Amino acid sequence: MAALLSLWFVVSYLLGIVFVEPLNQFSLGGFPLGFWFAQQGSIFFFIILTFVYAFGMDRIDRRHGVNEGPASIPPTSTSETTE
Amino acid sequence: MSIQGWTYLLVGLTFSVYIGIAIWSRVQSTSGFYVAGRGVHPLANGMATAADWMSAASFISMAGLISFMGYTGAIYLMGWTGGYVLLALLLAPYLRKYGRYTIPEFVGDRYYSQTARVIAVFCAIFVSFTYVAGQMRGVGVVFSRFLEVDVNVGVLIGVGMVFFYAVVGGMRGITYTQVAQFCVLIVAYLIPAVAISWKMTGWAVPQIGFGSTLIEGQYAGMALLETLDAIHRDLGLPEYTGAWVNGKKSMVDVLAITMALMVGTAGLPHVLIRFYTVPNSRAARWSAMWALIFIGLLYTTAPAVSAFARVNMIETLNEQAYSNAPPWFKSWEETGLIVFTDRNGDGVIQYRGNPDSNELSVDRDIMVLANPEIAKLPAWVVALVAAGGLAAALSTAAGLLLVISASVSHDLLKSVWWKTMPQNVELRMARISAAFAVIVAGVLGIYPPGFVAQVVAFAFGLAAASFFPILLLGIFDKRTTKEGAVAGYAPGDWIHRSLYHLVSFCGSHSYRRSVVVRNQPRRYWIYWYGAELHSCHHR
Repeated sequence: MAALLSLWFVVSYLLGIVFVEPLNQFSLGGFPLGFWFAQQGSIFFFIILTFVYAFGMDRIDRRHGVNEGPASIPPTSTSETTE
Repeated sequence: MSIQGWTYLLVGLTFSVYIGIAIWSRVQSTSGFYVAGRGVHPLANGMATAADWMSAASFISMAGLISFMGYTGAIYLMGWTGGYVLLALLLAPYLRKYGRYTIPEFVGDRYYSQTARVIAVFCAIFVSFTYVAGQMRGVGVVFSRFLEVDVNVGVLIGVGMVFFYAVVGGMRGITYTQVAQFCVLIVAYLIPAVAISWKMTGWAVPQIGFGSTLIEGQYAGMALLETLDAIHRDLGLPEYTGAWVNGKKSMVDVLAITMALMVGTAGLPHVLIRFYTVPNSRAARWSAMWALIFIGLLYTTAPAVSAFARVNMIETLNEQAYSNAPPWFKSWEETGLIVFTDRNGDGVIQYRGNPDSNELSVDRDIMVLANPEIAKLPAWVVALVAAGGLAAALSTAAGLLLVISASVSHDLLKSVWWKTMPQNVELRMARISAAFAVIVAGVLGIYPPGFVAQVVAFAFGLAAASFFPILLLGIFDKRTTKEGAVAGYAPGDWIHRSLYHLVSFCGSHSYRRSVVVRNQPRRYWIYWYGAELHSCHHR
């Protein structure tokens, strides 16, 4: 999780803001690279980060045998608030 | 068919769908009313969260703001999406694991204190009411602009809608109407964006068209962003993609505002309670991801829309004879949101960076609404944008009203005054407080308090500076005590806000706009759209 939060910091605050001007020397397609990170890339990375987190936590849960079961099946009303 | 005819058709159609869903999903239990029985699929909850979060300001104002800010608009794009990473990793799964009905309930239990809980209730109610007033006003305005009814009649129609599905359907009704509203708003946002991107660059995907070469107009053959930079240089404006050039915010400002928006996003109670509606914390993690995907869909499209609109607007208006101005120019001119002052008396519109020679002022908030007309898209697309704006405002209003209703009935009535309240009485109380909250929201929408700028700023600051740290410390730091938490609420907020105030840009922009608003009553509504945006400017 620390690694994911560091990446969150890097793509938005470092690549999108602090180093935006040096990065704008390079281009990605028709975008100056720093500008792309600020207005497009950081959002794509945010989505990837939340995916990796959800996926990784599922694996950790499985390894330790605390899988909460499929995410889509509602609990019975008796288990409400007691979990 | 005219724009108005199409608007009646599409708005009528979408509203019947919302009412149908509310009747289908009406609830009989408190669990159903507060957390939709915890049976919401993560994907559906992702859509509902996206609609819950993206309000009239995201839908209508944001692309226009970015269009005038260029690179600096990234503060909204990163700020309002980056908060979801914090939410997904640090808050949502843990709050869900704890398994309560409301955020104040979590605060009260974690800090073993009724005081902490009651303070949290008042924060939640305060944040939600100020926020919701702007949404109701937004509904009224879309009605008045596109259906030519009075703004107040529009607010009343909005009140009627939300009353129906929030009171009858509770969280379950709200969740599934929000899913429908997300579909309406994203289609309404993407269709014009795709059409314009296709027309201007030959790419149907706006995110790609944004970095491509223009194929029509006087700049055909040039890359879109290079064109924008060149146009801005010619007009004496700071370059569109330039970051730390003259006339734009400094790096410290951008860093501080982005951070403030991210933390504020992660601390909003109406977004947080959405994660109580899924079955378990695993589902909370996945649904945060889905929410971010759905929000990202609009948020990566918005800057492309901004760039297209910017080129389009300058190309269509600059150096054109006023007498030849297109019809949409005249109709927005009547609202006072576009102003042309012929300074040199040549009858030609000159758009310039220098305020002494500039003859055109365009309000930022009309870009999304006017964009389909500027790009000459058919009438039904314009009507669709109106339906999308309504969906965005209504979905956010409903989510906020549920926070208020649950706070009153569950956290105040049940926990403080009547601990043994039976479930059926609590459900009735929840419905009554929802109904009451809707009516108050409507009244605030019709008679907006004059001090709203300060109040909204305070509300967003409160969410950022009180809920986020209290929840974060409550989850990860065992040593945080109730005294610390209670003491942290009030001064925490003021310290945070004055710090942000020092390093950020002192609200000069919003000051200017509030002066405009005060002097021109007919422009008042635009102010409401920007209410959330304003709150950020204040910090």
